[in-house]
Amino acid sequence: MTGTLAKKQAWAGLIFASPWFIGFSAFIAYPVLASVYFSFCDYSVLKPPVYVGAENYTDLIHDELFWTTVRNTLVYASMTLPASMLTALILAMLLNAKVKGMAVYRTMFFIPALVPQVSLAILWSWILNGDHGVLNAFIGPIYHLFHKSPPNWMGTPEWSKPAMVLMSVWSVGNAVLIYLASLQDVPTSLIEAAELDGANGWKKTLNVTLPMISPVILFNGIMGIIGTLQVFTGPYIMFPNGQPAHSTYFYTEYLYDNAFKYHKMGYASAMGWILFVMILILTFVSIRLSEKHVHYQGS
Amino acid sequence: MASQKQLSKTNRFFVQFALIALTLAFAFPFVWMLSTAVKPIEETMKDPPVWIPSHFQFNNFWDAIKYGQETLGYIPFLVYARNTIVLAALVVIGSVVSNSLVAYSFSRLKWPGRDVAFAITIATMMVPFPVLMVPSFGLFRALDWIGTYRPLWVPAWFGSAFSIFLLRQFFRTIPFELSEAAKIDGASEWGIFRNIVLPLSKPALAVVALFSFMGVWNDFLGPLIYLLDQKTFTLSLGLQFYQSQAGGTAWNLLMAASTIVILPLIILFFFTQRLFIQGIAVTGLK
Repeated sequence: MTGTLAKKQAWAGLIFASPWFIGFSAFIAYPVLASVYFSFCDYSVLKPPVYVGAENYTDLIHDELFWTTVRNTLVYASMTLPASMLTALILAMLLNAKVKGMAVYRTMFFIPALVPQVSLAILWSWILNGDHGVLNAFIGPIYHLFHKSPPNWMGTPEWSKPAMVLMSVWSVGNAVLIYLASLQDVPTSLIEAAELDGANGWKKTLNVTLPMISPVILFNGIMGIIGTLQVFTGPYIMFPNGQPAHSTYFYTEYLYDNAFKYHKMGYASAMGWILFVMILILTFVSIRLSEKHVHYQGS
Repeated sequence: MASQKQLSKTNRFFVQFALIALTLAFAFPFVWMLSTAVKPIEETMKDPPVWIPSHFQFNNFWDAIKYGQETLGYIPFLVYARNTIVLAALVVIGSVVSNSLVAYSFSRLKWPGRDVAFAITIATMMVPFPVLMVPSFGLFRALDWIGTYRPLWVPAWFGSAFSIFLLRQFFRTIPFELSEAAKIDGASEWGIFRNIVLPLSKPALAVVALFSFMGVWNDFLGPLIYLLDQKTFTLSLGLQFYQSQAGGTAWNLLMAASTIVILPLIILFFFTQRLFIQGIAVTGLK
């Protein structure tokens, strides 16, 4: 009797899950496998793919623009990840201090995260506009004190990436909410115990709070790596063609251009796979490096 | 909460001060956007910047909405808005239906290989979209779907890893005794799903609906790849198109257009704040 019931349930399980079996096969498994094959092919979509061996990969090694986009993307990630993670953590800790009006502050920090990427990029290109940017109108006087002019955010290669960092720091609201939720989960008893041992505010943060939320910090860090390495919409709109001087030409933009502008689909597939491997390596490295510092409760 | 109370008066003052300063900094881009959106064009270029326009030009919103109407023969922003809403409706319905079915299977039904299948599902979240982009395009091209909305909504009807995960976490918290009791009364799995699990999961379903709606409203790369005719554009794509045509000149109209794209999301957020915050918090908490 139990046997037939179990069988019945197994059938039901497979039927209920069947949409995902189809979705997974058609929209994930097939594209992933096909892109491995395409990455070894000359493929323009218009004609069937022709196997060319590792040519795409060897071409990529000699492609200067490819390396430029790799460098840009890694530099951007190494600037924006620490900046936005730190901002999110500080904001969440301030919010967790239980002062009056917490809900209002939380809303204000979160709302920028709702702004669609396209609007975000347009809004910030206006704020950082070369001649009429409002940010420089603010900070200009400080620069003038030292007989300097404020940064030309949109027009110089040194400032174009910091401009994007500003934009991503502003829209850090999701991470703030995630940190805040985990901060509120830290047992008060632990903090009280630390207080009894004479720990001050800074020590409590360093020795109790941060270790307790470390899995969430790692999680946010990994999601951040995956997201920033794929950055596309912001720079595509803010800095058309990777201007100035290719300083904002990012990996996914070059991949997109290869695929849909130059119809080098095989080449683009190879780039996709290299990106995937980069993400896997960086994720693995961050998990390994953080092993000593991440504490999982109950393990 | 004892530790919170011990926050000294000076610290409390410092925290409050920092929060107010940061709030102003975070509000500043929005204020500038709104200020620009209602300004006459001459006042957008003043130095020092004009925060409060000499007269409020609310006409800018309407001008932004119908920008290009003469050459196109239709009011572009209304068409984009309609396209986006239709697409969003298809995606939202599809993802709520498909993901709740799949999550029910992963959380409340036992079948061989289930946990492995779930682990693979979670792992797919690591696959970057650029890897899928080229073969998916080839697939949709073979189906003759390029230039239609189908590549943008049909996949939503077949589940997505993130939503499956989210709903599974929620379904697991519903007491299994309820299912057992219903089974003794002769209910089928479909009946349990439909009459017990779904009604108890309204908040989680709403989160999935909300996130998939936001996804459509936000998506730029998808429509950029698959939509060809300007008449079929979504708001995000339309806004970019608008910017590349009018950009660098009519900043007041551009800000008015941006406000129109952003505002519905903010309104939606205010009506669903609780869901939003819980939904996002869950994503960080395994």
